Amino acid sequence: MTHQEKRAWIMLVVSAAAYAAYAAVILSRAGGHPLARVPYAAALLWTVGASIVASVVAETALGVVNRGESRLKDERDRQIATLGDRVGSSFVVIGAVAAMLMAMAGWDRFWIANVIYLCFFLSAVLGAVTKVIAYRKTFPQW
Amino acid sequence: MKPTRVTNSIRALRFAHGEMTQADLAERIGVTRQTLIAIEQGRYSPSLEMAFRIARVFKVPLDDVFHYPDASEEDR
Repeated sequence: MTHQEKRAWIMLVVSAAAYAAYAAVILSRAGGHPLARVPYAAALLWTVGASIVASVVAETALGVVNRGESRLKDERDRQIATLGDRVGSSFVVIGAVAAMLMAMAGWDRFWIANVIYLCFFLSAVLGAVTKVIAYRKTFPQW
Repeated sequence: MKPTRVTNSIRALRFAHGEMTQADLAERIGVTRQTLIAIEQGRYSPSLEMAFRIARVFKVPLDDVFHYPDASEEDR
């Protein structure tokens, strides 16, 4: 497994764990009440912050553990990174458009913030999944 | 999206050149061993430039390393 593929796995695991933790906190706070009344801002900011810190720590640990491993990034790595980023960025756009339409329609701030966070999560996870599949299977040709 | 139709003789050429290892060839063309494995197994089509670098290592023409089915073979 190349260094870049390991980085994609870190992104996948950290993003999934952070969003699962956030969803668990929000659902446990709801307790049968409408979700829009649940205090979410602190939990959202903490999980985003924690996922960034966890990614940095995991990548640093990976670098220490595999000290002798090559950090070479070749043309296949760059093509796979571009493909993964393209898949991921589409969800950022979807999230932005959805948030804009929800704001225009007067939706509660809870839903607007959460649709943006959900699309960030999908962007990170699906981008990482695309990279892992491209590393494991045949790189697609158009 | 479709898998690559490019096939290659890299494995045979490595063995014909003193059983060159994948790691040796990867280092000589400046890619990771995993990328060389993907090329050798037909899971990745290299750029034209990388294809020439591989052919140059074996001192053979590009056609001796990489093969692409002609139109009549594609129709079958």
